[in-house]
Amino acid sequence: MDDHHHHSHDHHHGHDHSELSDIELRVRALESILVEKGYVDPAAIDVLVETYETKVGPRNGGKVVAKAWADPSYRDWLRKDATAAIASLGFTGRQGEHMVAVENTPQEHNMVVCTLCSCYPWPVLGLPPVWYKSAPYRSRAVIDPRGVLKEFGVELPETTRIRVWDSTAEIRYLVLPMRPEGTQGWSEEALADLVTRDSMIGTGLALRPDQMVAA
Amino acid sequence: MSLPDGLAAAAAPVAPIPRGDDGAPVFSAPWEAQAFALTLALHERGLFTWKEWASALAEEIKRAQAAGDPDDGSTYYRHWLATIERLAAAKGVASEAALAERREAWHRAAHATPHGLPILLENDPLARA
Repeated sequence: MDDHHHHSHDHHHGHDHSELSDIELRVRALESILVEKGYVDPAAIDVLVETYETKVGPRNGGKVVAKAWADPSYRDWLRKDATAAIASLGFTGRQGEHMVAVENTPQEHNMVVCTLCSCYPWPVLGLPPVWYKSAPYRSRAVIDPRGVLKEFGVELPETTRIRVWDSTAEIRYLVLPMRPEGTQGWSEEALADLVTRDSMIGTGLALRPDQMVAA
Repeated sequence: MSLPDGLAAAAAPVAPIPRGDDGAPVFSAPWEAQAFALTLALHERGLFTWKEWASALAEEIKRAQAAGDPDDGSTYYRHWLATIERLAAAKGVASEAALAERREAWHRAAHATPHGLPILLENDPLARA
């Protein structure tokens, strides 16, 4: 197998269509043939991925969020120029994608949809959850975000507005969750442990200190 | 989640699987976890033993190194994927030609899929012909 195979196709990144990298094409090709021939069950693959993805390499977003909580000037920078503020911690995407941080407040909750192609900023957030790739999630999140959040166990006050952000190939979003109560004086390292992946895509909240699993 | 014993033992002498402090495997991209899961499923299905798999992986790494692989761990799952592809071809499950053709089909399907919708193989314009 030639690892250096390159497609002659034009790899431009537009809004109008989706894109898979060469390596993603290889994995999808292999999996789809194995499924057709009855060697693997796609649902079983999803379960395996979900089982192992709990321990994912880069989930640098937690450090970004913790720093923003602890350092107001960093938070301002993150809100103005998330790409640069995130890069300053040494976390950069492969394609130099543009990051935007959206901040949750008591008045407004942010939620990100669409991770179907290569839009999902995994160097920052870790692997996307399997359910996130499903069409129903995306369409329902746009139509009924409050209902979708409720299914994730998140009930927000009626007065909190919910904004839904659709990632594109050029812009990826990071939700800056609200800092939990009772964490005054915590180190950035301890704070980062409260930041879940779901809280950074807006389908969850940051953990409260009493929700921390005793390590 | 720790690794299946047979897999960890087979991989150790060839190329240990990258793992975190807690022993769980660490992936640096979503496709790596996908390739990992496919391997576990195929083994469970009995397509190969872990011993067989490990010697195929060793060969794949040797081949890659001869071709100038950086050998710094960054390409670990590329070797892994190449190993499954090669075993699938050797066992008559998916030939190299079939894999190549299918990659083109996925590529066309992706291009025909508006951004934000799930990429399905049925979206390949040629599949509908």
